[in-house]
Amino acid sequence: MSQLTAAYRGLRIGDRWDAAPKPVRWFGLLLVVAFAYYLPYLNILPFAYIRTDLTPSGSDWASVLFLVVVYMIVAVGLNVVIGLAGLLDLGYVGFYALGAYSIALFGSKSSPVVEALQVKFGLSEEWAVPFAACIPIAIVMSLVAGVILGAPTLRLRGDYLAIVTLGFGEIIRITARNLDGVTNGAAGITQVPTPPGPEIDGRQFFNTIDAERWYWLALTILILIIWLARRLEHSRVGRAWLAIREDEDAAAVMGVAGFKFKLWAFAIGATLGGFAGLLFGSKQQYVEPNAFMVQLSFLFVAMVVIGGSGNIAGVLLGAFLLTYLPERFREFVEWRPFAFGVALVAVMILRPQGLVPSRRRAREFEDRRHEAEEAAADV
Amino acid sequence: MSEPTHGSTVEQEEVVLKDTSDHDEIAIETTGPDGSVLLEVDHVTLRFGGVVALNDVNFQIRRGEILGLIGPNGAGKTTCFNAMTGVYTPTEGKIRFKGTEIAGTKPHKINQLGIARTFQNIRLFPEMSAMENVMVGCDARHKTSVPGALFRIYRQRPKEEELPDNGIRRAFAKVFGISRHTLEERAGRRRSMELLRFVGIADRAHELARNLPYGYQRRLEIARALATEPELICLDEPAAGFNPAEKEDLMGLIRRIRDLGHTVLVIEHDMKLVLGVTDRIVVLEFGQKIAEGTPDEVARNPKVIAAYLGEPDDAA
Repeated sequence: MSQLTAAYRGLRIGDRWDAAPKPVRWFGLLLVVAFAYYLPYLNILPFAYIRTDLTPSGSDWASVLFLVVVYMIVAVGLNVVIGLAGLLDLGYVGFYALGAYSIALFGSKSSPVVEALQVKFGLSEEWAVPFAACIPIAIVMSLVAGVILGAPTLRLRGDYLAIVTLGFGEIIRITARNLDGVTNGAAGITQVPTPPGPEIDGRQFFNTIDAERWYWLALTILILIIWLARRLEHSRVGRAWLAIREDEDAAAVMGVAGFKFKLWAFAIGATLGGFAGLLFGSKQQYVEPNAFMVQLSFLFVAMVVIGGSGNIAGVLLGAFLLTYLPERFREFVEWRPFAFGVALVAVMILRPQGLVPSRRRAREFEDRRHEAEEAAADV
Repeated sequence: MSEPTHGSTVEQEEVVLKDTSDHDEIAIETTGPDGSVLLEVDHVTLRFGGVVALNDVNFQIRRGEILGLIGPNGAGKTTCFNAMTGVYTPTEGKIRFKGTEIAGTKPHKINQLGIARTFQNIRLFPEMSAMENVMVGCDARHKTSVPGALFRIYRQRPKEEELPDNGIRRAFAKVFGISRHTLEERAGRRRSMELLRFVGIADRAHELARNLPYGYQRRLEIARALATEPELICLDEPAAGFNPAEKEDLMGLIRRIRDLGHTVLVIEHDMKLVLGVTDRIVVLEFGQKIAEGTPDEVARNPKVIAAYLGEPDDAA
């Protein structure tokens, strides 16, 4: 293992990447993105072994890819909270559930909320809130939940915050299960709407069979989110988060409004979690409380920690591994918890900073190093 | 380094105006930019349970001076610092900065008012580069928040020298302006570099703070505090662990900080340094002020000699 990591380090992929000229980097990035879009059709032999549907009992390849990308969105969101601002959020599944439930409650023709609206305003039984309107509803609901949870609890530190957020995740799930009149309780909500699109072969554009379309949609959203997240990370806001993570008191004395930026981190994380939940619920077309167990929160945290908290590439890898590997090796399903535990312990011992740790931007300033040397020489 | 000097003179003018209107007692003492009262510790008492950390401490810091705060270990120097920077709230008494009561104000608000500090036990952001550490300080005067960073909405009309060289980008910047985020980042980087050069550690600007040598870390703390453009900078034992040559450098640095237009409060054990660099000295012992005056007066004060200077080798 240590030899492997040494060999990996010997390649110095990150350094070479940064040293490469800009057109090369753009071309490389373009290749990676193109390959990602091509993945559902991957059928060239040795590579095709990564597909999950090689055996009859395997899961649908495109659906697995979709789930991977949804969890990647979750991981990027949780990375803002845990990796950058250093707030341990163990109830992230709560926001994920809120996103899924907001599209189900307002978009489904059979949800109690929509039925009540139909009766109240005398609308037809076919009426529901249009999909496009459900997106802002989901975003606002998770954002508001993030702020409501964050405003009182972000004054807590470390372990206390973890316990409160853990409780929050469970509260959302249990509320969804017990609030029969609103959420249909444990039975869940069916007929969750899908994004509108042209009909092809007599089927809706986004349907349960052509999962690769879902994958492409989610992938496009993920790329957009990564772009925005990087903008935040490399700004005054990102620096403030890092400063809070490193030493909150010193940051406050240096003029960083700690509470404000922590609340922003929480709200942004909540929004991304909610958005991922919305995609998930819409693809499933069915939302039920048992899909949002507390274990999922731990899985999300594990993605961030194993991948390399604070580094977007790292958390993407973490999300990929923890979603893909269990699907690829379904035949060893009873070994799954064991393998998961061993992997976690192994990472904690061999590579506590995560598989692809953040190189802490020291390298990014490489271009400016010349600038610095000139400046130092001026004196 | 013309920029900070310029900035602080502008603020000083505003402040003098405010002082005369709001606080008559201070207005009487305001004789000009030098010599007016910048910070006033007004009969402050601070108790932790039964322990009296500060007992009726009373002194003033005048604009443009270097004030030394000395005393034996446990005299309450750092506690006094913490009360001034918002970490503790005094049990009794008031602390006024530019005539405004600041006791109980949140630390980051106090920083915005114009007080910055360094820490006795170095508290940098270890996983950030030296330059990023200073940029966090610069950010205290910047305004970009989440919407500005995400969508680059607040655009500003750039000055001629700020326009990019590339033709298309230049035309774009002329029509749509440059976002406040970009301008602030550039200004922050430039100023951070200036400050790192000012304290003499620009050669290792891009190394992580925790990998810097001890002396560099101490200087980096000073650069970070200066980046917040404070009127009053408080240095908590800046020479701790320094050898005589480094101490000599530090004395020069403290004088240059004052020459930039900052007022300096320095806590220090090293008597040679304190006597050499300060304009006035306040001496604390067991939480009480026992002497105040010029270095000569303090050095001759029998109480001080008994409490502090009399101890052999303590000053070494």
